Amino acid sequence: MFPASNAFRSSRRSLLAGLGAAVAGLSFSGLEGCAQKGPVGPNGEELKLNLYNWDTYTGKTTLADFKAATGISVNMSLFATNDELFAKLKSGNPGFDVIVPSNEYVTRFRIADLLMPLDLAKIPNRANLLPAFRDPPFDPGRRYSMPYTWLVLGIGYRKSKVDGVPDSWKWIMDSDRYRGRIGVFSEADDMIELGAKYYGHSVRRIPLPVIDQVAEMWIRQKPHIKIFHHDEGQDLLLSGEVDIVMEYNGDIAQVMTEDPDLDFVVPREGSILNSDSLCIPRGAPRPDNAHRFINFLLDGKTGAGVYNTIKYPTPNAAALALMPEDYRNNPVIFPPAEIMARCEYADFEGLDRAHLFDETVTRIFAA
Amino acid sequence: MDESWKKAKGVFAALGAPPVLWLLAFFLVPLAIIWGYSFGENKSLTEIAVDGTFRNYLHAVRPLYLGIILKSFWFAALTTLFCLVVGFPVAIAITFASDKAKSWLLLLIMLPFWTNLLIRTYALMAVLRTEGYINFTLAFLWNGVSHLTALFGHPLGPFQPLELLHNNFAVVFGLVYVQLPFMVLPLYAALDRLDRSLLEASLDLGAGHFTTFRRVVVPLAMPGIVSGILVTLIPSVGAYLTPDLLGGPSSQMIANVIERQFKTANDWPFGAALSFLLMYMTFLAIAVQAIVSRNRRGRER
Repeated sequence: MFPASNAFRSSRRSLLAGLGAAVAGLSFSGLEGCAQKGPVGPNGEELKLNLYNWDTYTGKTTLADFKAATGISVNMSLFATNDELFAKLKSGNPGFDVIVPSNEYVTRFRIADLLMPLDLAKIPNRANLLPAFRDPPFDPGRRYSMPYTWLVLGIGYRKSKVDGVPDSWKWIMDSDRYRGRIGVFSEADDMIELGAKYYGHSVRRIPLPVIDQVAEMWIRQKPHIKIFHHDEGQDLLLSGEVDIVMEYNGDIAQVMTEDPDLDFVVPREGSILNSDSLCIPRGAPRPDNAHRFINFLLDGKTGAGVYNTIKYPTPNAAALALMPEDYRNNPVIFPPAEIMARCEYADFEGLDRAHLFDETVTRIFAA
Repeated sequence: MDESWKKAKGVFAALGAPPVLWLLAFFLVPLAIIWGYSFGENKSLTEIAVDGTFRNYLHAVRPLYLGIILKSFWFAALTTLFCLVVGFPVAIAITFASDKAKSWLLLLIMLPFWTNLLIRTYALMAVLRTEGYINFTLAFLWNGVSHLTALFGHPLGPFQPLELLHNNFAVVFGLVYVQLPFMVLPLYAALDRLDRSLLEASLDLGAGHFTTFRRVVVPLAMPGIVSGILVTLIPSVGAYLTPDLLGGPSSQMIANVIERQFKTANDWPFGAALSFLLMYMTFLAIAVQAIVSRNRRGRER
């Protein structure tokens, strides 16, 4: 009797503690100014760090391990899209120390002068990075960002419902073979840039006539498309709503563990690479803690803990070496090198471009 | 008398000031800022200069965007029509129910408001999708019949699931589902006040049920019908979640375009101009409606 009631009480307390943590996570930004200072570390900064991250994007014990190693407790808030992240920091940093934007948004943040340059001397673990990620076009010399994960857009498909391997964008963009069973990522940039890629262009600096050509192609293809989705392509595929869908490799890899009839391929024309990156926003209250945290995440053992949980491809050689066989040799997580060589990063090319792309997809959707 | 009125005025001010201030600070001021943006342009990724330009409006009245606005009104009009057709009998039924049943029925009408719109929309997706509950039930029945006909040597072909989700049908269906309570409640309010003896008089004097409905019930319920139409039509024009989640390749409505301006395209001035264009149109429609009804009342007098 007594043990039972004790158990109940303790579980309720932990629930309340959990709620308290959630509330603290929501409200710290407002309280930053008047909050009482906690204990201070040897570097003169409070033993605290505000991390703004994607959901399900750390290992099970990553944050606890960091606290054990340094005494710094990490307070994590979550965002769902890069736009949300950008909007939150646009009118001043509300108190975040580390943020995780994707590559194009690293550029946006940099142009808007919202990032603090990294002190590379404080990040010795950057030596762990694979050579391909040391000097990316969106951040030459890694002055503002460190890579956390990378991802590539490709085609997720249901093996029993397609003929062979649909290894060309044609099957999504320019063919009626899978009429009514096609799902397309509704992001304006991706639709236009991948269309250009299909026509043999780079995804950067696409000439205007090619943009029109791509728009015409999508308008022609529209009757065969079932849905323009918002990055829930893996769920549409899993539920049988579509049989062939444009999606990120990591997302398809997650549902493949639930349904062996699903698979993923990066089309032979090539695709768009993305890289979620660790950055320190301007006005970060604890920049030294932020550097220590970034360095900690680039450590091989920490990284292995993270990637084991989140199953995204890693840019970190030391972490990769510690990963199990079925991760390292998974062709979905790591597509073949000759295909990857045809993939490239897209670039943020100014607001006029963004507006042009948006108007083009508005035209496609309205046609 | 005079003094007590003055005292009451103090009470009114004390009670009225917080909501008025609230409305001013958190509704009118932000709205005014967005209105200001609609006359501005992007200076950089983070700055907007309000310089009185009409460029955004000129851009917004191009055929591409007017076409999308027209389509949104068309979806909203269809939604309103279906809500009226379905909602009227429901409202009448509630009016004629016993007092005890009435409160339960009204509670049922309001019950959906207790669940978030997003959750209800996802629930609808689970019902409508290819492997959803409707197709699941139909497939079960189809296979049952097929087994039966197979006994006579004529099995039916394999079941073809209905395409219920991700098309324009799903959008209108979803909008009707969401907006129906907003139609039923004002209709009920108007019908409940209706003097029953007028109906009896009409029937006694030889009018059939249909004539009574058309010439007595509908005119008397007109204020309820008009407000029902307005509170259904206006939110439907600006619907964003429903076309986004239930719609197909051609279900884009104007609110989806506006949303993209504020998020991915990062063009707040243009998004603001589109929003206010929609608002001007709505105001115009309400004004026209008010003038028409005033003229009619004037004629009747």
